[in-house]
Amino acid sequence: MKTIWGGYQSEQHFDELISAEGEARNAASKLVEHIAEMEPGELDKRRQMAEASIQEMGISFTVYTEEGNIDRAWPFDIIPRTIPSDEWQQVADGLKQRLRALNMFIDDLYHDQNIIRDGVVPEHVIMGSKNFLPECVGVNPAHGVWAHICGTDLVRDGDGKFFVLEDNLRVPSGVSYMLENRAVTKRVLPEMFEKENILPLDDYCAHLFDMLVSLSPRDVEEPEIVVLTPGIFNSAYFEHAFLAQQMGAELVEGSDLFVEDDCVYMKTIAGPERVDVIYRRIDDAFIDPEVFREDSTLGVPGLMRAWKKGNVALANAPGAGVADYKVVYAYVPAIIEYYLSEEPILANVETFLCEEDDQREYVLENLDKLVVKPANESGGYGMLVGPHSTRKEQAEFAELITENPRNYIAQPTLNLSTAPTLIGAETLEPRHLDLRPFILQGKESYVTTGGLTRVAMKKGSLVVNSSQGGGSKDTWIVDTEAE
Amino acid sequence: MLSRVAERIYWGARYLERVENIARLVSVYDSLLFDLPKNTNISWYNLIRINSSADSFSERYKVQNEHNVVKFLLADDTNPFSLLSSLKQAKENIRTTRDVVPKDTWEQINELDLFARKNIRQGINRTNRHTFLNTLIQRCQEITGLFEGSMSRDATWQFVVLGRNIERADMTTRILDAGVSVMLQPNGGTRANLSQIVWGNVLRSASGYMNYRRGVRSAISAKKVALFLLEDPYFPRAISFCVDEMKSAVQKLPRSGNVLKGIEAVKGLHYQLANNEQLNEEFRDYLNDMQIKVSTLNDEFSKNWFAYNPSAQLVAVKSETVSSIQLASQA
Repeated sequence: MKTIWGGYQSEQHFDELISAEGEARNAASKLVEHIAEMEPGELDKRRQMAEASIQEMGISFTVYTEEGNIDRAWPFDIIPRTIPSDEWQQVADGLKQRLRALNMFIDDLYHDQNIIRDGVVPEHVIMGSKNFLPECVGVNPAHGVWAHICGTDLVRDGDGKFFVLEDNLRVPSGVSYMLENRAVTKRVLPEMFEKENILPLDDYCAHLFDMLVSLSPRDVEEPEIVVLTPGIFNSAYFEHAFLAQQMGAELVEGSDLFVEDDCVYMKTIAGPERVDVIYRRIDDAFIDPEVFREDSTLGVPGLMRAWKKGNVALANAPGAGVADYKVVYAYVPAIIEYYLSEEPILANVETFLCEEDDQREYVLENLDKLVVKPANESGGYGMLVGPHSTRKEQAEFAELITENPRNYIAQPTLNLSTAPTLIGAETLEPRHLDLRPFILQGKESYVTTGGLTRVAMKKGSLVVNSSQGGGSKDTWIVDTEAE
Repeated sequence: MLSRVAERIYWGARYLERVENIARLVSVYDSLLFDLPKNTNISWYNLIRINSSADSFSERYKVQNEHNVVKFLLADDTNPFSLLSSLKQAKENIRTTRDVVPKDTWEQINELDLFARKNIRQGINRTNRHTFLNTLIQRCQEITGLFEGSMSRDATWQFVVLGRNIERADMTTRILDAGVSVMLQPNGGTRANLSQIVWGNVLRSASGYMNYRRGVRSAISAKKVALFLLEDPYFPRAISFCVDEMKSAVQKLPRSGNVLKGIEAVKGLHYQLANNEQLNEEFRDYLNDMQIKVSTLNDEFSKNWFAYNPSAQLVAVKSETVSSIQLASQA
């Protein structure tokens, strides 16, 4: 291999593109060769091209600051991450299986709760989750599906095996960036799309639309589908507008909708128009001030009534978040076996429940090696990352865990995989990354071809969040069998 | 189309037009006062009167001089009708409808707002006022041109047309009123000469000087200028032209019956200019009536498309369905 790859080495980590022996992996071979053949300075030129495209295409995300909200350009690394298609097919099957089981679980929890009666999941786990909504008991959403759009975070460990890190069943975001990353890459590395069999992913919005249509309570030719956004100040507003535009659906705010006779209407210049399906990007707590937070001005009074009566579909359904809970996560393999009588295709990360005496004991003894997470938080808040923590922090967490063991879980620190990332003008260095595919379930199931790869741009960092200096990459599912 | 989006588009276009018009008005007054004989009894304060802002001006300023008037019209954040306030409104409305306007609109209006705020002192002091106002007018026209060249002629476009033309019609009544009110002030022996200067500038403030010259082909006189600005069928700032534009936009929008009636009412408001008397107080009353009718149109738009009472309309929709079912069963 030529100079640019000469010094590349990802010690003790699984690298997505380059094997431990320094060879390009099968799915990455053409890409690695192509980069090696570039003239000096070419990569930097392509990087600048990507930056200009992102500006031009207006791909941004919003950061909250004291001075107000700033739209920032989307941070993007031009070197794609590759996954062979046969491996991906397995992952996709695993993701569908997992979401199918989770939806049966949610439906069971809001009806007979057989899984609790059969002693598979303890009752207190469910009752302890603030995402369990008693208001949803007995409701029958179409196809028995509650979580229609799921963003699942996957990571690879040191051996290159995929693990599920968490299931996001409430209002997962990022899919628009996945699509835009591909659009930018097509401009930046156009020749690679001729050389290599990269599977397309731009059918996501069509599948999303079809899935939403399959939820319509009215049997009409063209059901009215809307995307409900909290508004311009939300950090994911770009994505809300993007999805609405791509699907040709109306982008609505709460005040555009009203409920009359338990049906939802939107206010249009032609008069009230009945709404059939709402893809809502507002949290449960804010969707209906009549039922949940009274002070919410983002939601629609009466929305829950209309939904319970079956006059409107909500995606995701309220209460679906009950399965998106760190303690429930530990039970997912058991949940899959219970409902589907199948072995889980995708593995969970080993998880210790602090409420169990023996597991808690292990956790307290190994705080310096583990990652401790509070059960009811998301987005990485209130965590202890053992290897990066001080003794004082460990002592504080020991106290928290002893006080309220049910509120904490712990996992081993993962040896996340890496991929070559362009640092500066033309140095390729390994950086840690994860992967968020998006899974749809309505009448049928669908998984994106790949997903959103997020990468920690700082050396050695495991934090991939875009608000904290994370970037992203295009993800190629490469058809290695087609020649 | 969502009512909220329609309303924001309408006001976005309306405020953008207002920014341009305020800039024109101040700019023309600027040159008018240069041309007038020193002993003429005309003051900047007329601009406050024609914008019906006497009360809010006197709450803020004691002295009715050039500096205060221009500051009030251009820079005053607390005056909701000032140029900066209007620009802010235009910007906010476009910001929240970015997904339905041409791609570069947001960037352009944002830059315009930054430019205006940064250089507003140039508008208040006389030295650079002309250049500053001219740049503002040009930049507004760039955005209008962007709309013109790249928007589909769908419902969104019709609301742009409504916003722009109602604002133009309103401003034209005010500009005419400015001319009449100057002429009605006692000014001794200078009147004959004054008339030429005043009405020439009235035309210029509507960018209508050349159009008038080409279309009317006679010397500038009060009545002919008034007739031109009220009824010329070709000049885009003439009131009848603006009303016709609104009419054809309204006809392309749903449920427009009531609004069309309102538009016909404005069209029916006709002033007999054929007598030999000067434009007088009676004419000013007529302009005032016209302004009221135009602002009633605004209420009609709002009632019909933007802020309706949902339940009442739902009943209307249901009864429509019922009556069509009845009709079907009778047939």
